[in-house]
Amino acid sequence: MSDITCTINDKSVTVPRGTTILTAAAMLGIDIPTFCHDPELSRYGGCRICVVEVKGWGQLPASCVTEVREGMEVYTESEKVLEARRTILELLLANHPDDCLTCEKTGACRLQEYAYRYGVRKGAFPGACHAYPVEADNPFIMRDMNKCILCGKCVRVCSEVVGRSVIDFSFRGFHAKVATPLDSGLLNAGCVFCGSCVEVCPVGALTEKQRIGKGRPWELDSVTTTCPYCGVGCQINLLVKEGRVVGANAAGHGVNGRHLCVKGRYGHGFIHHPERLTNPLVRKNGQLHEVTWEEAIQEVVRRFGRIKQEYGGQAIGVLASARITNEENYLLNKLARLVLGTNHIDHCARL
Amino acid sequence: MINLMDNCCSKCTHSPATPCSNYVLCRTAGPFCHTDKGCEEKRKNHINNVRVPSGGNYQQIIVCGGTGCTSSGSARLVDSLKEAVNEAGLSDRVAVKRTGCHGFCENGPIVHIKPEGIFYTRVKPADARDIVNHLADGQIVERLVYRDAAGNSYPHFHEIPFYAGQTLILLTNCGHIDPEQISDYVAVGGYRSLVKVLQHMTPEQVIEEIQLSGLRGRGGAGFPTGKKWAAARRAAREIKYIICNADEGDPGAFMDRSLLEGDPHSVLEGMIIAGFAVGSHQGYIYCRAEYPLAIKRLKSAIQQARQWGLLGKNILNSGFDFDIDLKEGAGAFVCGEGTALQASIEGLRGMPRVKPPRSTEKGLWEKPTVLNNVETLANVPLIIQMGAEEYRKLGTEQSPGTKIFALSGSLVNPGLVEVPMGKTLREIIFGTGGGIRDGKAFKAVQLGGPSGGCLAEQHLDLPVDFDSLSSVGATIGSGGMVVMDEGACMVDVARFFLAFTQKESCGKCTPCREGTKRMLEILERMCRGEATLDDLADLERLCRVVKNTSLCGLGQACPNPVLSTLQYFREEYMAHIVEKRCPAGVCAELVRYRIDENLCRGCGLCLKNCPVQAIRGQRKQPHAIDDSRCIKCGVCLSKCKFKAVVRS
Ligand SMILES: Cc1cc2nc3c(=O)[nH]c(=O)nc-3n(C[C@H](O)[C@H](O)[C@H](O)COP(=O)(O)O)c2cc1C
Ligand code: SF4
Ligand code: SF4
Ligand code: SF4
Ligand code: SF4
Ligand code: SF4
Ligand code: SF4
Ligand code: FES
Repeated sequence: MSDITCTINDKSVTVPRGTTILTAAAMLGIDIPTFCHDPELSRYGGCRICVVEVKGWGQLPASCVTEVREGMEVYTESEKVLEARRTILELLLANHPDDCLTCEKTGACRLQEYAYRYGVRKGAFPGACHAYPVEADNPFIMRDMNKCILCGKCVRVCSEVVGRSVIDFSFRGFHAKVATPLDSGLLNAGCVFCGSCVEVCPVGALTEKQRIGKGRPWELDSVTTTCPYCGVGCQINLLVKEGRVVGANAAGHGVNGRHLCVKGRYGHGFIHHPERLTNPLVRKNGQLHEVTWEEAIQEVVRRFGRIKQEYGGQAIGVLASARITNEENYLLNKLARLVLGTNHIDHCARL
Repeated sequence: MINLMDNCCSKCTHSPATPCSNYVLCRTAGPFCHTDKGCEEKRKNHINNVRVPSGGNYQQIIVCGGTGCTSSGSARLVDSLKEAVNEAGLSDRVAVKRTGCHGFCENGPIVHIKPEGIFYTRVKPADARDIVNHLADGQIVERLVYRDAAGNSYPHFHEIPFYAGQTLILLTNCGHIDPEQISDYVAVGGYRSLVKVLQHMTPEQVIEEIQLSGLRGRGGAGFPTGKKWAAARRAAREIKYIICNADEGDPGAFMDRSLLEGDPHSVLEGMIIAGFAVGSHQGYIYCRAEYPLAIKRLKSAIQQARQWGLLGKNILNSGFDFDIDLKEGAGAFVCGEGTALQASIEGLRGMPRVKPPRSTEKGLWEKPTVLNNVETLANVPLIIQMGAEEYRKLGTEQSPGTKIFALSGSLVNPGLVEVPMGKTLREIIFGTGGGIRDGKAFKAVQLGGPSGGCLAEQHLDLPVDFDSLSSVGATIGSGGMVVMDEGACMVDVARFFLAFTQKESCGKCTPCREGTKRMLEILERMCRGEATLDDLADLERLCRVVKNTSLCGLGQACPNPVLSTLQYFREEYMAHIVEKRCPAGVCAELVRYRIDENLCRGCGLCLKNCPVQAIRGQRKQPHAIDDSRCIKCGVCLSKCKFKAVVRS
């Protein structure tokens, strides 16, 4: 494929044909703000915050969807661009609650970040503002459509990545809104609560119920680990504040990229649960007693040994788990056949 | 042979299963496959029944069946006329026929007597007998003849000033043939262009001819049709589509509706030719659901074209397959935008997508697609028939051909008119349109609906073609022309169009979704006298940003009504903002009603009629209006016989 040379803010760059202005600019280290663009999702070009000026063009094209052409001269922060960008931010803020103080997204919100970057305040266009009820009728996701900037990322991720198409645009014009069919709520709409929509939302319209009030983004440490639930082995970041896990998100790499299922994303309540088993217990005279690992394993060895002696290894059955890796399953098979002496081994995935 | 398209006798071999390339010509000039005087005679009779040549014994009472006349009762009129014809025993030589729109809807229901060309307006069922008497004894029914404001009467169709200034080439069939009979269309020469194309031309030659004709899209943008077809032809894909855009969403526009209702086959013929030229085998017509009559006639036209082998496999034994399906829209203006329209056909929400890729590369279901407007397609058979050179004699160098306009507003003769491109606004408005109603003065004309601009007095001598209009900030658009008199408030006009676009914005992009809302709010404040000069600056900035950054044509063009009124009627904006005054007296909040003491006779009529008891006064004493109560309904003004109530 042939290469194309153009200039962005008077710096020359050569890129493969088909590269967008946004990508070409990034290669020069020029950051153009985006709301609706996501490299994993289809090209959309709706929010228009990323518009740039191209010499000789009447319109200001959206850089996330416009491919560079030979000899193109692009300006990413010209007068005209700044006016447009500020106006777009003002328009978004005009229809947005003044809630950064308590909003869960503060510190990680694109709208907040760009308002700061371009010095835009709320109040330029007094007038109607949405007043939707906040939707919290499910265990995991808060939907505050008053904060939604209609970037459509949630809609696209749900249909293009997750394959559920639970949400889509409804109504028109100023009343356009992302909704479930007939506004029936996520629970009724077949949502699997994978949380991918929350992950991609650039503002505080979609947030995680469990994390409300649990910590600001800058207060959190992130510990990368493997999801304990299944053999897919998704890479997750546990978000930790003062030694306590307050949430999890996808690590952005590994098999899962930015996606998780409901368990990996929201199923970490057990970590600090008071009833969580933290030590091995052995039942003695009908009572459970805390013991050391050494002791517990000895007990298992003793009992299995007895069964094997009395009834033969074939008396023992082994059920392998989808929650462990292939390698661990392999080892379990060795344990069953060589150590326990049984070929009664099966896997839960076959049930 | 009940129908011209039927087989004339058992020797006639044509059927869709055994298609014959001469079929269409054979109907009008045949039979070709056998010689039989009787069959020739039968065909001639059918043709004469449609063409109604003068000098014959046969007469026709044409009743307009366009939407306008249908709503003013033309269906009942047909029944009464048929009855009267039967009663008078004339049924063997007089036929009553319903056609498409005559364009003169304001004066409907319209009746047209052929071949004499006598034209009756505002006909009621009770007039049926008198009209039939006219056919029996030749006496014209004077009271039904069209009269202009000066009282001159014009019994003949072609003398009426409204028609005299027109050049009817696209609309000739509307009002003359029965749109529900394919044989009528064939009798007046229909489908001959298709025959010519299939028998004598290559796809490249067809495209070449359309390119030479200079035909530009009538859907608004004026894109060269031949160029579009050539791009789609070049796309090396097996499946391609032709789409006819019949969404016609501009408020006040009904050009496409009339063509579809009055001459649906001309559009089908254009589509089949486009399919042949581009290499497509499937067409779609996307028609707005608010056009039930057009949909009914399209369905019947498609069905008949299939029945007679003009759609489907191996059309006229040429080896070319093409079929057309109809898709009804769901009432969104934005679905007239090409990519939104395609999404809608695909069953998705009608939202535009970014271009490129252009539809000719990746359109409907990602296949190369040609999208053309109804009127564009109706031009195609004409161009093939006339030849590009002849066609170019109409219109201007850069905008050849004619254009149909929907004239509305304060005109003497609102309606549908077809004029060559390049006529001046003055000729259209004051000639064909008959000038401004009620002796008022012309103030402005809005062209191209919510995407277009408002032009003023100084533009009246501007030729109406694509380029002249865009040079002054207006567009031909789809052809809506709303004429306003001195009583119109331009701020209110801008507000009206913005309210429309805001409601119709799909909501995908920020500037259009949020920007039009704020623009509308500012205009509403202006109309209420609450706006400041800062608001004006904001409005101008919003116009700029919305125009420059919106994703699709709806957003990009929606500031035009505001920008053009700001440019040509700025003082009116200033009056609203600075003086809190609406010079035209339209904006209710800025209007004050007052009773002139010297003129008031104290009759009490205003007092009695005021819905909110805002008027006080003793009988025979001058009355007065209490401003704090007045809701500015204007009833007192219309009731007062002494012109004592003044609006200011
Ligand atoms: C908001 C919007 C509405 C439109 N509505 C129509 C319409 O109702 N009919 C139409 O023919 N074209 C409409 N168009 C123009 C079409 O996008 C397209 O340009 C046209 O159908 C192409 O056909 P043409 O080349 O024959 O004009 C609309 C465009 C926009 C942006
Ligand atoms: S979504 Fe962003 S801008 Fe809006 S309140 Fe939350 S942090 Fe602030
Ligand atoms: S949680 Fe997952 S399934 Fe549910 S709406 Fe969001 S993306 Fe779709
Ligand atoms: S909820 Fe978030 S991701 Fe979805 S459209 Fe609104 S802002 Fe975008
Ligand atoms: S449980 Fe879900 S998040 Fe965890 S590894 Fe399996 S698929 Fe990934
Ligand atoms: S300009 Fe308006 S109609 Fe067009 S995509 Fe944007 S919001 Fe939708
Ligand atoms: S304008 Fe209407 S409300 Fe006002 S005084 Fe006249 S009749 Fe009464
Ligand atoms: S990021 Fe480019 S339009 Fe939204």
